[in-house]
Amino acid sequence: MMTDSILHSAILLALLGTVAALVLFVVSKKFYVYENPLIAEVEDLLPAANCAGCGSPGCKAFAEKLVNTEDISDLFCPVGGNEVMKLVSETLGKEVAEKDPTVAVVRCQGSCEVRPKTTEYQGPKSCAISALIYSGETDCQYGCLGDGDCVAACSFDAMYMDEATGLPVVITDKCTSCGMCVDACPRNIIEMRPKKKRDLKIYVGCLNEEKGGIARKACSVACIGCSKCVDACPKDAIVVENNLAYIDPAYCTLCRKCVPVCPTNSIIETNFPPRKVKKAEPEVAAKVESVKVQKDA
Amino acid sequence: MLRTFPKGGIHPPENKLTSSKPIKRLPLPKVVYVPISQHIGIPAEIIVDRKDKVEIGQVIAKSGGFVSSNIHAPVAGTVTKLDKIVDTRGYKKQCIVIRTDAKNESNLEEIEYPLRKEIELEPEEILQRISDYGIVGLGGATFPSHVKLQIKEGKKLDCLIINGVECEPYLTADHRLMLEHSEEILVGIRILMHALHVDRAIIGIENNKRDAIDLFKKLTTNESGIQIAALKVKYPQGGEKQLVRALLKREVPKNGLPLDVGVVVHNVGTVYAIYQAVQHNRPLLERVVTVTGKKLDQPSNFWVKIGTPISDLIDAVGGVPENTRKIVSGGPMMGMALKNMDVPVTKGTSGILVISEDEASRGAPKNCIRCGECVDVCPMGLEPHLLMNLSEKGMYEKASQEDILTCIECGSCSYVCPSHRPLLDYIRFGKSIVKQLETKSA
Repeated sequence: MMTDSILHSAILLALLGTVAALVLFVVSKKFYVYENPLIAEVEDLLPAANCAGCGSPGCKAFAEKLVNTEDISDLFCPVGGNEVMKLVSETLGKEVAEKDPTVAVVRCQGSCEVRPKTTEYQGPKSCAISALIYSGETDCQYGCLGDGDCVAACSFDAMYMDEATGLPVVITDKCTSCGMCVDACPRNIIEMRPKKKRDLKIYVGCLNEEKGGIARKACSVACIGCSKCVDACPKDAIVVENNLAYIDPAYCTLCRKCVPVCPTNSIIETNFPPRKVKKAEPEVAAKVESVKVQKDA
Repeated sequence: MLRTFPKGGIHPPENKLTSSKPIKRLPLPKVVYVPISQHIGIPAEIIVDRKDKVEIGQVIAKSGGFVSSNIHAPVAGTVTKLDKIVDTRGYKKQCIVIRTDAKNESNLEEIEYPLRKEIELEPEEILQRISDYGIVGLGGATFPSHVKLQIKEGKKLDCLIINGVECEPYLTADHRLMLEHSEEILVGIRILMHALHVDRAIIGIENNKRDAIDLFKKLTTNESGIQIAALKVKYPQGGEKQLVRALLKREVPKNGLPLDVGVVVHNVGTVYAIYQAVQHNRPLLERVVTVTGKKLDQPSNFWVKIGTPISDLIDAVGGVPENTRKIVSGGPMMGMALKNMDVPVTKGTSGILVISEDEASRGAPKNCIRCGECVDVCPMGLEPHLLMNLSEKGMYEKASQEDILTCIECGSCSYVCPSHRPLLDYIRFGKSIVKQLETKSA
């Protein structure tokens, strides 16, 4: 009696299982969608950050694009960098472009001390909204608004707002150069610059296009467009346009000659070893010292 | 029972401190800063150069396209430089700086022309003159008037509405203009009716301006075709769509214009400017500006040359009082807080409002309590709390389906919100994104 009921249920279950398996088999054959197995393979290689830094809505979409496009030399995963792209190239047998790794830099040094507030904003804490309404709490209409849209956009925790200065800071080790912060900033302050060796960078930390006096009045570390850096640069890497200097990373050899000549200290150098102070030029030495103090602070 | 629009609206304290103050002429400014973009549309192109001598009323910047407007020298003098000056939003914009020639007689003459009632120009000539003389909507939107008067083929127009509502609290510029230049305004209306080939015009005036209503009623007893309508006091009745609904019970379709229901709306200030242009050959060089605030010594109404720095206006009413928190260009509901007082008066500046500490602060935003006040007061029948959430969370497609673009940005929702939520800020932001997305996909 007992064995019977066990047997019956076992047979019933086995039957049910078989029927279900048959249905599943038929459905999987009937509604099978062919997908190139390469897509899954390439997707496994990608970093799965889904950051959209490549321009596709996610890693899966980018993998599809990589597999389906003939010429992939203009496609690049900024998060994975050259390593991942090399693996992709081996898997797909297509040529990929090699790119210098880049990192986000914040081109504004307008902290509360050097850029005094002239008005007060009480609306929602969002750069996009305040930029829509007015030109910011200070007299500089080009600088950082300080509401942290870039920090909110970063999905790698690579940015934070510095409480003391009110400016965003990039943690370069965590930055994957996906470019989301560049898009989020309504002022276009953040730029992707080549990391080069040991993350050495020299860039102008200002976007103010006003004439010297007006820019200086709004912010004491503003670029005043004096062109002294242009004269100091041996490689012609610096251009001054609209009263604003820009250092082209493609030509800059990181010689640091432009940094001490800047009268407003608006050229920023990062990760360089301390300078050897020449005794013959006390003025320059003093300036270098003040630059260093500022950087340390 | 007074007429009004049926849906939504608020009634903030009126505070019309200057309604009994006659319009005075502001002393001639030493320097005027004339921005080249004082209207909606393409900025005008500068056609003068440094050190050029300009006569009063001379074109100094030429209209840059159809939806654009000429800009004239508001004073006779010398162009000292082509510079940039902060606008109401704090961004530097191109402007023409003219140093006033104090000896030039044309600057000194008091412009009191005799009333001219006969209309001699043909409709086309009238339109051309309105276009040439830089007339834009003076109610605040500064839309070039000649564009509004161009009736497209297939549209039928049967009524002209004149907007004398002035629903913003504090402002009295239109009110005073109606009292002091009522006959000119009536001639202006006749000019527009002639140009548009319509035989019916209604002047809509809110009931807190009884004296203006009575005056116009008296003047139009023998005139056929021009009606005066007293309206219940309610903000934002000065909005075109609300006014058309209130006066004619016609609903302007969403994304449509009043012309779609056979109406064209013009502000009384614009009508006066049109009268001056058509009958006296005077381009738009000055406008009435109310300078007001509870703490001011002598809040007043002024005739102000376009380009006069706002600091001149504040000086004329006795300087900035103590404890001032904000200086606003426009009314308290839709005006913009200024970053500094170098900002010049433009064609759209209807008032300067000085707000003290206790009136200006915005409360800290709290959570939405679902009271529905914002839905009740929205004159466009939208759900502001929903639109704010959608644009805060980045759901722009849904926001577009919820008709975020029909919002007229009157600010009634933010005004009534008991939790001080920044509803309009987010809706305005959402609108800008939705517009961007739509232009991208188009």
